[in-house]
Amino acid sequence: MDHLLDICGLRIETRRGGGKAMLLDKVDLSVKKGQSFGIVGESGCGKSITANALMQLLPYPLRVSDGTARYQSLNGEKELLSLPAEEIRGLRGREIAMIFQEPMTSLDPIFTVEYQMFEALSFHNKRIGKREMHERALEMLRSVKIPRPEQTLRSYPHLISGGQLQRVMIAMAMLNNPRLLIADEPTTALDVTIQAQILELMNGLKAANGTSIIMITHDLGVIAETCEEVAVFYAGQVVEQAPAAELFHNTAHPYTEGLLRAVTSLDGDRADMGRSTSQSEAEAPHQNELYTIPGMVPPGGEWSSGCRFRDRCDRAAPRCAEALPALCEIAPGHLCRCFRTGEEVEAR
Amino acid sequence: MRDYILRRLLMLIPILLGISVCVFTIMQLVPGNVVNGILGIEQTPELRAIWEKKLGLDQPPLIQYFRWMGNVLRGDFGESFRTGAQVFPEIISRFTITAELALLSCLTSLIIAIPLGIVSALKRNRPVDKVVRVAALMGVSMPSFASATLIILFLSKAFGYFTPVKYVSLIQNPGTNLEIMILPALILGTTMAGSVMRMTRSSILEVMRQDFIKAVRAKGAPERITIFRHALKNGCIPIITLVGMQMGGLLGGTVVIEQIFSIPGLGQYVLTGISQRDYPVVQGCVLFIAFIYVIINLFVDIIYTYVDPRIQYA
Repeated sequence: MDHLLDICGLRIETRRGGGKAMLLDKVDLSVKKGQSFGIVGESGCGKSITANALMQLLPYPLRVSDGTARYQSLNGEKELLSLPAEEIRGLRGREIAMIFQEPMTSLDPIFTVEYQMFEALSFHNKRIGKREMHERALEMLRSVKIPRPEQTLRSYPHLISGGQLQRVMIAMAMLNNPRLLIADEPTTALDVTIQAQILELMNGLKAANGTSIIMITHDLGVIAETCEEVAVFYAGQVVEQAPAAELFHNTAHPYTEGLLRAVTSLDGDRADMGRSTSQSEAEAPHQNELYTIPGMVPPGGEWSSGCRFRDRCDRAAPRCAEALPALCEIAPGHLCRCFRTGEEVEAR
Repeated sequence: MRDYILRRLLMLIPILLGISVCVFTIMQLVPGNVVNGILGIEQTPELRAIWEKKLGLDQPPLIQYFRWMGNVLRGDFGESFRTGAQVFPEIISRFTITAELALLSCLTSLIIAIPLGIVSALKRNRPVDKVVRVAALMGVSMPSFASATLIILFLSKAFGYFTPVKYVSLIQNPGTNLEIMILPALILGTTMAGSVMRMTRSSILEVMRQDFIKAVRAKGAPERITIFRHALKNGCIPIITLVGMQMGGLLGGTVVIEQIFSIPGLGQYVLTGISQRDYPVVQGCVLFIAFIYVIINLFVDIIYTYVDPRIQYA
């Protein structure tokens, strides 16, 4: 499969108290055409800012300090991070669309759904007529299974429920048939039952249109349901990356392991995602107690040298404090940043 | 909506009644008497009695109030004690002058404040923003009578400008009228612009932080549409509120500027009325200004519903 997007050495920093703080440190990712790529991690690990950086939508005072993101657009290769404002604007919403965590606040409250869907079309096609826009908006709302599309078009966002609004957002994102859809925690603000429907919908759209998806989430369950390739972020770095099945079955990094153990299933047991966790069972004091990774994510940019996870890691060795492990290939297509699986030290 | 407007208009009744009592009482408590002014030093007790009887001032205050109020309810605001002219037509003709001045001032302030507020918000903490904010603070803190006097002094020294002696109405000669109005409107407008600009800046900053702005940009919106269509329209409710309040204030409060530029507006009329203890003039004007104030506020509330569909009055 061809690559659609190659992110290379992406660094994002912010200004803080007169100094600079690194929020994202040398991230490399590749998304293939038609692939669902998952980015998973806790709040503040840098997954959302990665997505925003691709669209040049980083909020002030965050900025990209290094790296490239080569994107294969319909008109040849583009480097997204340094693209002139007018060119990136042409790609936004047309080739690369985005949906957000909070559907309730992601639509402008004072315009109708129809008006906002029309905008998505007219920004990229000046000559498109009202009637055609109406037809396309209606068709798209039907394809995301909105019950009363005509009525929804005429409504203001505050009259529509969160789940329906996220469908509207997806419909709006898909209007121009984008090649890449960046979904930034699309189900986090929704009810569990609605979550499943939205994920199913996204899977369906991807299958029908061949859209690549970058799925950003903190929920491994979402990854399991939608993604082919997964990168686990911790403290501004990729700590493990592998095809989804490989990641769930041969988990290598202690942080990923911790995330998996923290997932609960409906009957109260830990979900094991099809993997036997004899080691972790022995450690858990009670079978039914919810597992949490001890400690807190260090605040963005305040990372010590050495392995950034070592303070929370139950298998940290003295060596982990001395040097930062490199992201090494431990099996074909499976990368992990841990001295337990690879000896290499990250070059500074 | 129609019910809402009707209810708001009904509320005018207690508001205006209350104000009428207040202004009547205050005028009664103010020492001095219009008859003193009319008769000057040549007054005798007999003459006084004749005049007081003629103006109805010999009656107890309660009777005076009800007589005045009764006439007002029938649409008769009475006659000026001093000139004998009907008060109501005078109020209307002077109100149009004051309203023109107020509208021009608002327009000036919006033309100055909205673009500067937006630029200031978008270039937050950069040099442009700092300059604009300092200028706005100066505009807010400089009393308009001081700047007006200074400007007139400067213009008269430098260009031989003098404040027009005779007022010309917009209908008589639009050109001359605007020539007379432009300077006071600019002075009032720039004073207002300071606070409007600060409100615009904070309001736009607030909206630009919202998720939907990022979503609009992610759709590929040109920056000018993001700012003017989405950010400004969402942020304009506090601006409308502020401008509405200032507009109301201007209608009753351009007294000083009207005096300085000798514009025969409503403020000047009230001021003369007060100094001459001309009860019907003062009471009529205050009642009218209060009425206009309430109407402007109602108007502002109605504008809200057009700006923001979430605001609905039942």
